[in-house]
Amino acid sequence: MSPLEILIYILGAVGLFFNTLGTVALFRFPDVYTRLHGATKCTTFGSIFLTLAVILYGLTSWQSGGESRYGILALHAAVALVALLVTNPTGAHAIARAAHRSGVGPKFAVVDALADEKGRRK
Amino acid sequence: MSFLITGLLAFGFYLILTAGSGTILGGWSAAELIAGAVTALIVAAASSRLLGQRCGAGALNPLRWVLAFIYVIGPLFWGMAKANLDVARRVITGEIRPGIVKVKAGLAEDLGVTMLANSITLTPGTLTVDIDDESHDLYIHWIDVKTDSPSIEDISGGFSGWIRRITE
Repeated sequence: MSPLEILIYILGAVGLFFNTLGTVALFRFPDVYTRLHGATKCTTFGSIFLTLAVILYGLTSWQSGGESRYGILALHAAVALVALLVTNPTGAHAIARAAHRSGVGPKFAVVDALADEKGRRK
Repeated sequence: MSFLITGLLAFGFYLILTAGSGTILGGWSAAELIAGAVTALIVAAASSRLLGQRCGAGALNPLRWVLAFIYVIGPLFWGMAKANLDVARRVITGEIRPGIVKVKAGLAEDLGVTMLANSITLTPGTLTVDIDDESHDLYIHWIDVKTDSPSIEDISGGFSGWIRRITE
């Protein structure tokens, strides 16, 4: 196995590890906000590594075999990575905002400045 | 002006996604080029006003794009890595102290506040729940509340300084 192949496997393993943790977080944490931490952020970080593994795999296959479709695979994975980085926090923010607006408070919270602010306005 | 820029951006993006479909200019088929141009025109017509309103001309300065790129692969990625290991530990041990805190963003422009809110959301452990439109205060769900009224440095480290350099 070449060093590059080993690197691809390491990147894939790191990505899988964080994605698994994100899934575990769904079961461990008590409410929607803390679950969002695990489910959206750990999986973004894991997916970065998985995408890097795909990009590296595409580039090395392109180099060794000469088939351009592997280069295109790497290119598309890079575009997907950028899209992921932009849309994932936006989605997490939208879910959290919608949850708070519809009256779902954070459980076990030591402080809730947003609810205090809304109470003052009413 | 913003019509032209939005159109070119959309067309460039389409070309990246369809590279390798033919032989014109090294990698595109005529059908994809035409479809891309038509799509870019529609996108530009629909959304060029939005880009002009939200970003202003300064957002197109190439130096800022370079700075933004350095920021994403440097401080932002490092911050994400550190915070991810911290949240990974909390997932396993279940040791949390959650709460929603209010933070002054200290940034003037909409684009900067959006970038800061997204950076904060992207780093695990902190999640932007809401933004005050007038005062630009951020309401942040923090998984491990250390103080009730933190400064922006407590939440995000050096992010706000970087974003001020990029957007202002």
